[in-house]
Amino acid sequence: MAIKPDTQPITPDTFLSGIWRENPVFVMLLGMCPVLAVTNSVANALAMGLATTFVLLCSNALVSLLRRQIPKEVRIAAYIIIIATFVTVVDYLIHAISLEVYDALGAFIQLIVVNCMILGRAEAFASRNRLSNTLVNSLGMGIGFTIALLCLGSVRELLGAGALLGYPIFGQSFEPWIIMLLPPGGFFVLAAWLLLFAWLKESQQRRKQAAAAAPQNGGKLGGASIHAR
Amino acid sequence: MSSVPIAQRPKPTASHKLIATLGLISLCSGLLVVSVFEFTKPYIAENQRRALEAAVLQVIPGAVERREFILTPQGVWPRQDAPAEGRLIHAGFDAQGQFKGVALQAAGRGYADVIRILYGYNPACECIVGMMVLESRETPGLGDKIETDQNFTANFRNLSAALNAERTGLAHEIITVRPGSRQAPGEIDGITGATVSANAIGRMLNESAQVWLPMLAPHWSALSLPVGAEEAMDGD
Repeated sequence: MAIKPDTQPITPDTFLSGIWRENPVFVMLLGMCPVLAVTNSVANALAMGLATTFVLLCSNALVSLLRRQIPKEVRIAAYIIIIATFVTVVDYLIHAISLEVYDALGAFIQLIVVNCMILGRAEAFASRNRLSNTLVNSLGMGIGFTIALLCLGSVRELLGAGALLGYPIFGQSFEPWIIMLLPPGGFFVLAAWLLLFAWLKESQQRRKQAAAAAPQNGGKLGGASIHAR
Repeated sequence: MSSVPIAQRPKPTASHKLIATLGLISLCSGLLVVSVFEFTKPYIAENQRRALEAAVLQVIPGAVERREFILTPQGVWPRQDAPAEGRLIHAGFDAQGQFKGVALQAAGRGYADVIRILYGYNPACECIVGMMVLESRETPGLGDKIETDQNFTANFRNLSAALNAERTGLAHEIITVRPGSRQAPGEIDGITGATVSANAIGRMLNESAQVWLPMLAPHWSALSLPVGAEEAMDGD
């Protein structure tokens, strides 16, 4: 008998799936709007990643807690209200913590509300799992999203400004690749990361297939040699 | 057509339950948002005050203190005593309480969007003594050189903005010229690769100074009054 999602135990995969196997950016291609728009520096990428993780954790925790109380007919509307609430909260918090970060991220903080990764997690995971699983899974997803933003932000800032977190890396002689800070640079760097991920995944699959095929081949060869004798 | 027999379909939830659920979630959501808003309000206000103060002190060299005044048709008033609404003026004072100049805001269309700047004006030398970009979405690496190019920002250390003999406008226009060709008073050396943004800065400075400096000119002495004597400054 299959285990119901509500009673599934927490496994390492509950947390790690969001970071690698189901990475929201590199595997599921979700939340592309902030991924391309705010990753022109490491600081912006980190701030957006943390803000999204906060919203993901809080909204999914609430969805999980209320999953038996929210009727199916209005569940999407209810999830959106919950997500919008936490986006507004994080918007005020960032404004209170740092005006610089708030100005740099601009409207993209408010646009977290339409990040399909958050609504997708609420519908696909939080509404079917208990709080502890949801918290672990959301944290993994949030960290996976933040890592992806940092991957893009670091490459774009390094090549586009010759710096990391504002500290110069390449020295005065380096001529910055301005295009990396512009929207086309976002697409180029995202494409490069997607290519790398696809290549890693493919080579991993090839190794698995080779490992699975090896004993079978060995058996056949063995059999054939017996017959030959 | 659904293959599930009607008898086996789950019963739809009653409307009052749907409304109650959404209403309750919205109520809790509203309460949380208002609570966070009230909690963060003083911190946000303090952040904005600090940022504004830093900007004002940056564009008025030598100033260590900022005071706010309101310019009305009746005169210049300390903000808290202003009888009517008017233009907000930030005045900068040094450690001895000496008036060092005013900071004014200007805005204009740049390449990507509206650029907002703050500039300092010192009536003693009748010149613009500093400029800072408050808001800009100009192209990184090109248009944003209006903030980072040291040759360009050096234009605003002592940019002549003297009034004409009638005190009705500037004696000469403030205008951005080709890089390295600055000669006449009021000319700003432009930036190669950021022509539109650099021209926008010159244009918005000119438009703002043409309007506001003649209006402020009769009130320089009132703005220079020491602390405590400000109540008597109106109507001059």
